[in-house]
Amino acid sequence: MTLTDLANPTRFLALTTRILPWLAGATAILLAIGLYQSAMAPDDYQQGATVKIMFIHVPNAWLSMFVWGVMSVAALGTLVWRHPLADVAAKAAAPIGAAFTFLALVTGSLWGRPMWGTYWEWDARLTSVLILFLMYLGLMALWRAVEDPSRAARAAAVLTLVGAINIPIIKFSVDWWNTLHQPASVFRAGGSTLDKAFLWPLLVMAIAFSLLFITLHLAAMRNEILRRRVRSLQMMQASRTSEARTGLRDVTASKEIGAA
Amino acid sequence: MSLGPYASFIVTSYALVTAVVLLLIIWIIADYRHQQARLKEIEASGVTRRSGRSAADIR
Repeated sequence: MTLTDLANPTRFLALTTRILPWLAGATAILLAIGLYQSAMAPDDYQQGATVKIMFIHVPNAWLSMFVWGVMSVAALGTLVWRHPLADVAAKAAAPIGAAFTFLALVTGSLWGRPMWGTYWEWDARLTSVLILFLMYLGLMALWRAVEDPSRAARAAAVLTLVGAINIPIIKFSVDWWNTLHQPASVFRAGGSTLDKAFLWPLLVMAIAFSLLFITLHLAAMRNEILRRRVRSLQMMQASRTSEARTGLRDVTASKEIGAA
Repeated sequence: MSLGPYASFIVTSYALVTAVVLLLIIWIIADYRHQQARLKEIEASGVTRRSGRSAADIR
C-alpha cells in the first residue's frame, strides 16, 4: 500500500482496522513500563516525590503542541492539496489535543502549588498554553457551528495556521521572557540537564503518550469518516423522499386535470 | 514507595490523567458504535452507497 492509496477513505479504514489493535497493545505495554519506571524513580533532592508529576505533565505538554503541529500540516493539506482526509485528520485531532492541553495545565498547576507556592501565575508560558487550550475549544466550536463541512474545513484550516504562531511562542516563552516556569531541560543545546534516573522514565512515558495519541487519533478519524458517510446517506435519503413527494404531487395534479 | 508531604498533589495528578484518558477512550468507542448503528439503520431503509458496498463494512 502506497501513501497515495491512503487518500482513499475506504482503504484508510481498512488499514486502521488492521493496525489499531496492535497500536493499542503497544501503547498499553509502554504505558505500563513507563508507569512502573516513574513509580520506581528516586525522589529529587529539591522537589522530593513531587518530581513524579513531571512524568505525566511533560508528555501532555509536549503533545499539546505536537497535536497542533499535526493539525497545522492537515490544514495545509486542506487548503493546498485538498486532500480528502486532511480535514478529517484535523477535526479528529482537536478534542484529543484539547484534552492533553487541559491535562498539561492542571498537572502543571498541581505541581506548581507545592513547588512555587501558587496554582497559577500569569507568566508567559502558562498564559500561552492557556491560549492554546482556548484555541482548541474555539476550533471545535467552529466545526460544530458551520453546517457545510467544506466551508467549515477551510475556515478551520485558516484558523489553525494562524494559531500555529502560538507554538514557537510557547516553546521559547521561557527564554524570551522572565517566567516562573523553568527553562527547557530535555531538548536544549548542550544536552539534557536531567539525570538518567529521571530522563529514561520521562522518555518512555513520552513515547507511550505519543502512541496513545496516534491510536486515539486513528480511531477518531475512523469515526469521522463514518460520520460523513452517515451525512451523505442521510442527504441521499432526503433527496429520494423529496423526489417521491414531487412525483406523487405530479400524479395527483394530472389526475385532477383529467377529472376536470 | 513514600510520596512524602505532597502525596495528595501527586495522586490527584495521576488520577486526573487516568480519568481523562479513560473518558477519551470511552467516548471514541461509543462514538464508533453510534456511527455504525446509524449506518446500518439507514442502509436497512434501502439507501445504499453508489459503490453498492455497505458503508458500515470497513474491512
